[in-house]
Amino acid sequence: MKIGTLKETFEGEQRVALTPESALQLKKLGHECIIEKGAGLASGFNDAEYKLAGVTISPTAAAVTKASDIITKVRPPNTTEVKRLSTSKTLISFFYPSSNDELMELARARSASIIAMDMVPRISRAQKMDALSSMANIAGYRAVIEASNNFGRFFTGQVTAAGKVPPAKVLIVGAGVAGLAAIGTSTSLGAITYAFDVRPEVAEQVESMGAEFVFLDFADEQADGAATGGYAPVSSPEFAAAQLKKFREIAPEIDIVITTALIPNREAPELWTEDMVASMKPGSVIIDLAAEKGGNCKLTVPDKRIVTDNGVIIIGYTDFPSRMAAQASTLYANNISHMISDLTPEKDGVVKHDMEDDVIRGATITHEGEITFPPPPPKVQAIAAQPKEVSNVKTAEQIRAEEAANFTKATRQQYGLLAIGGAIMLLIGAYAPASFMQHFIVFALACFVGFQVIWGVAHALHTPLMAVTNAISGIVVVGALLQIGSGSFLVWLLAGISVLIATINIVGGFMVTRRMLAMFQKS
Amino acid sequence: MLSIGITSAAYIASAVLFILSLGGLSNQESAKRAVWYGIAGMALAMFATVFGPGVGNYILIALMVGIGSFLGVAVAKRVEMTDMPQLVAALHSFVGLAAVFIGLNAEFELATVRQLIQSDSDLSDLTGFGKKLAAKDAVEIAILKVEVFLGVFIGAVTFTGSIVAFGKLAGKLDGKPFKLPGGHALNAIALLACILLGIWYTSGSGIWTMIAVLIISGFIGWHLIMGIGGADMPVVVSMLNSYSGWAAAAIGFTLGNDLLIVVGALVGSSGAILSYIMCKAMNRNFVSVILGGFGGSKGPQMKVEGEQIAIEADGVATILNEADSVVIIPGYGMAVAQAQQSVSELVRKLRAQGKNVRFAIHPVAGRLPGHMNVLLAEARVPYDIVMEMDEINDDFPETDVAIVIGSNDIVNPAAQDDPNSPIAGMPVLECWKAKHVFVSKRGQGTGYSGIENPLFFKENTRMFYGDAKASLDKLLPMID
Repeated sequence: MKIGTLKETFEGEQRVALTPESALQLKKLGHECIIEKGAGLASGFNDAEYKLAGVTISPTAAAVTKASDIITKVRPPNTTEVKRLSTSKTLISFFYPSSNDELMELARARSASIIAMDMVPRISRAQKMDALSSMANIAGYRAVIEASNNFGRFFTGQVTAAGKVPPAKVLIVGAGVAGLAAIGTSTSLGAITYAFDVRPEVAEQVESMGAEFVFLDFADEQADGAATGGYAPVSSPEFAAAQLKKFREIAPEIDIVITTALIPNREAPELWTEDMVASMKPGSVIIDLAAEKGGNCKLTVPDKRIVTDNGVIIIGYTDFPSRMAAQASTLYANNISHMISDLTPEKDGVVKHDMEDDVIRGATITHEGEITFPPPPPKVQAIAAQPKEVSNVKTAEQIRAEEAANFTKATRQQYGLLAIGGAIMLLIGAYAPASFMQHFIVFALACFVGFQVIWGVAHALHTPLMAVTNAISGIVVVGALLQIGSGSFLVWLLAGISVLIATINIVGGFMVTRRMLAMFQKS
Repeated sequence: MLSIGITSAAYIASAVLFILSLGGLSNQESAKRAVWYGIAGMALAMFATVFGPGVGNYILIALMVGIGSFLGVAVAKRVEMTDMPQLVAALHSFVGLAAVFIGLNAEFELATVRQLIQSDSDLSDLTGFGKKLAAKDAVEIAILKVEVFLGVFIGAVTFTGSIVAFGKLAGKLDGKPFKLPGGHALNAIALLACILLGIWYTSGSGIWTMIAVLIISGFIGWHLIMGIGGADMPVVVSMLNSYSGWAAAAIGFTLGNDLLIVVGALVGSSGAILSYIMCKAMNRNFVSVILGGFGGSKGPQMKVEGEQIAIEADGVATILNEADSVVIIPGYGMAVAQAQQSVSELVRKLRAQGKNVRFAIHPVAGRLPGHMNVLLAEARVPYDIVMEMDEINDDFPETDVAIVIGSNDIVNPAAQDDPNSPIAGMPVLECWKAKHVFVSKRGQGTGYSGIENPLFFKENTRMFYGDAKASLDKLLPMID
């Protein structure tokens, strides 16, 4: 199949859906790649590099579309681009079908298939093609970089000859993919990082990234994010109030706020109110990653950097991934090539659009002249439901009670064993002759010593232990030696053989033990 | 000639030396000293016996000891560390055979002595063992016969059992469980027959009963071990170890020799404890291991969802180069592929980069208790980075990369998650808690137990297919 990649037409978009590297991957799957002239220039991939990777360069978008079976791009297509599609052609790109009804209808009318990268279900198998996550990761990173660019001070605290510099305090609201990436970047720049999320179960992830989770004084349990495909659910009014109260409390201390709170198919919730902005210090920076959906701060102007009256900088850029075009293109192109790899299960260059497959079905929004959006819920539960935390921490009393119970049990067991053992001894003693009993005492004591000694042997030395016990069980040689002096030929012969093999045992066992033990070395 | 008193004193000394020798195995450094205690004890015991009262035929003794030593040295020098399980099993069979011979000899001597008594001949010619026999009364003779019976019985079971174990471990016999029709009922009947024959023998029947016991118990040993699969071999080998000890103790009773009794009891209890530890590590009952096969499951096993994702050497190398802490979990597959040297080289390279590299050893990894430790020691892996399961299991959540080389059941999360799994409740290494898990494995099949391993389907698991040694050798140049 031929896979064509278009140059992005959206103003300022620098990403591209194919990199020379991903072209090689697609080639391995048996596909041929075509790219529009100059498509990769803005992200630093020139046509010569594509040519080297075996990609055909085509002069216009129309020509690319005409020659290809699968068309890939980044941004949702415009009307012209959709009109160029014809039956049996497949377009793979971001699409946002819930807000792009007309385009979807147009594509259906052209009987083209569209796979929307933003509709890839959030199940573990599909992570490799989850472009939203890979872009969010970049956005989170870039948000911190952008903030530091606009923030007039260090992130990390320093004590220098010229004076002490306090560390910056960063608050990250929403610990999704973008939020976690922002946390990681911020902590590695040395800022004191706080993070908040309505899902308390992410506190652990937040803390593992080195940030401090901001807990609310709120008793009610929040809904589990697993039920909504890993996204945060809408919060109750009481919870929202508690949240705002907490933010208001800490706002004056915070230097940088990065908000990433988005709920699917909804206006972004307002989390950072005007009075919070007003209470911030001049020079503070707010990065609103939700600007496209109205912003988590109502002062945000999409795609603009504004400065409020009290000197707080609010950045509402919506193109963070595009600002890191080389990185974003690489990851997006990989997402695309993984998607195509799932579409060509046999790796023979033949596309099989399997509508039974959860991932492909979920992402396909038009197929064979029909609109297939919204998809049915996936067969595989998105994310395993969080098991309810069962308190494993036992109180000191419980532990003590348990110990006491165990001790009593062990004591009882020991008494029982002693009683049984004693009874058996008595029984044997009552019938066996004295000479036997003498040996029997030795035997019982030796067993006892053996049990005591062997428990102390290190696990690592069990093989040498076996070899050494093997060697010393060759002590039967003593028995054979005692018999070898006998007059009978048969006894003499058997005893001789016994001496021979027991000696092999003894010498071989000890030698091999020594060899093994000599190998154990300390570093 | 040493007097009886001096001989006994020497026996006491060598018994103490043997105990010290076993006790010294509590750590690696003292173990190096301990083996010399053992050698000294053995030398003392043999010297005291040979030059003690009632032993003749010095030329034969010297000859046999000479040949035996030569063979022993030859075997010990040549054996590969991966072949240790076979060697141990083979040596057990020697003890078993020797015990059988000595038991039979005791019976022959007894018959001779009785003939002499009956014909009222002069008993003063008798030496050593014969003299002792002549002095025994009727009850003592009966007990002696029980002891002979036990010595022959245990010895024969140990002998044939060890030979089968040797064959299975050396790959000369099929590792799969094999049972004759009738299964354990057959063993039970054979055991019953042995006991009946034993009763006949003690009540005065001739030597033929002992020969019959010898044959039947040999059959029991063969059939019993044939019915046990490859992965249960650690238990089998330690069990045979224990048997060889009890056989020696039984011979000690027969000959009235306390040293034999002490050493037999030491070895017997050592093997018994090892078997117990192995069984506990598999969360299985000793009886069920010996009777072979896994217990029936209580319901349908959990279905495993997801797919096994393969990875190539360069992917593994990239992540390893970035990791700070690495834990390697070796299993029998490492021994089969002879990959320990490559593993050691990998560890050396990773440690040279300042990474924290450790090994996690499950008690039943390999085919012999402590087998992995010996293999790693042979490949010059320092023993202080080789950890036991309990020492390292809590560290997995802070581990960047866990590498599983040729182990399967001991890293199976189903043991914890799935109450219906045949291995439910078995303690396992929780390697899936590490950030990345690489599994070096030959193909997609299940392990010995035939249990699907959900670890291979986990999100953070990547399958590094191929022969362990070949895969590691491919990986090594990429680690810088």
